[in-house]
Amino acid sequence: MSQVEVIALGATLGLLALVIVLIRRSRLEEGYSLLWMLAGIVLVLLAAWRGLLRIISDGLGIFYPPTALFVVGFGFVILILLQFSVVISRLSRENVDLVHRIALLEWKLDQVTRSDEQPGQGPAPCDPDMPPAHPNEDAGND
Amino acid sequence: MSYRSDDVPVTPDSVLLVIPAHNEGPNIERVVAEARLTHPDYDILVVDDGSDDKTAEKARRAGAMVLPLCYNLGIGGAVRAGYKFGSRHGYPIVARIDGDGQHDPRLLGNMVEMVRSGQADMVIGSRHMNGRGYVPSAVHWIGIRFFASLVSLVTGQRFTDTTSGFLVVNQACCAFLARYLPADYPEIEGLIKARKAGYSISEVPVVMRPRLDGQSSIGTWNAIYYVFKVTLAILVSASRQQEDFGCRK
Repeated sequence: MSQVEVIALGATLGLLALVIVLIRRSRLEEGYSLLWMLAGIVLVLLAAWRGLLRIISDGLGIFYPPTALFVVGFGFVILILLQFSVVISRLSRENVDLVHRIALLEWKLDQVTRSDEQPGQGPAPCDPDMPPAHPNEDAGND
Repeated sequence: MSYRSDDVPVTPDSVLLVIPAHNEGPNIERVVAEARLTHPDYDILVVDDGSDDKTAEKARRAGAMVLPLCYNLGIGGAVRAGYKFGSRHGYPIVARIDGDGQHDPRLLGNMVEMVRSGQADMVIGSRHMNGRGYVPSAVHWIGIRFFASLVSLVTGQRFTDTTSGFLVVNQACCAFLARYLPADYPEIEGLIKARKAGYSISEVPVVMRPRLDGQSSIGTWNAIYYVFKVTLAILVSASRQQEDFGCRK
């Protein structure tokens, strides 16, 4: 084995081991680990098995086989980044819904607190005949 | 999530006026006061979009209901919160004006009447229908024309002012927008989605005033992002089928 092959095998094995450890410790959700596991396994295979790497590099027209390893690795990086963007998009959408829900609940809570403090006087948040409230009136609610 | 019906007494004649506001401390009191004066029968809801100043407090003091967002979502997120509020409480008509005083609430009466009488599900106040009062810069003018043409092309209906935040919708359209309005730069996308879902939309000419105080929200980089994002959104909406929106027709 040449020096570059030893390094490649060591690095890819290290990556695979790290992914497995993170999953075992519940630091990485299984759903998000799928691409990482696949990347680790494929890269270890390619690093260990020269023939397969040569077939791929020949197929892609790459003269120096280890370069094919980086090409495949880069492909996985792109895929994983894309997955991140998808997940982040979903999270921010859900986040907006949460902010809305909190706002509606907070408004509701404010109504309940007010009507408890002034029994017999239902909440009239926008009564046109009501003169503008005194600035200090709200102090007790906040 | 449901509320007791006596939270806000909503009648068939009720109108909810949504005013999204982000750091509109200097303006919001005047805007709310003016709206209350012109339309004492409207319920006014200021959506405080995570302001750092005393926007919420001032709006409350001026007599508005305040929906406080815990951090800044952007205009679309704020407006959508207002539509959710309107939808959950069953308001038959929901109007929207900006918190900076650009929109004259006296013009709302006619727009509300159009929606109430069923002439349209959504009525938009357009600055560019009769070309008075508002003179855009050259770059802005190109942008306005570009989006107006693109939206007209995609929807098959001619629109003159696609970025107007001065509009009135009925209950069904409010529920739709409460679900589908995007978080940033919502006007054009909301318009196209509503149109594609089968809601009828009319424009009426309005004259808008300059902002009362402070800076507008769009700078150069934001403008570039705006053009890119909205163009993409228009193309995506155009490629979608009506069924994707759970449409009513």
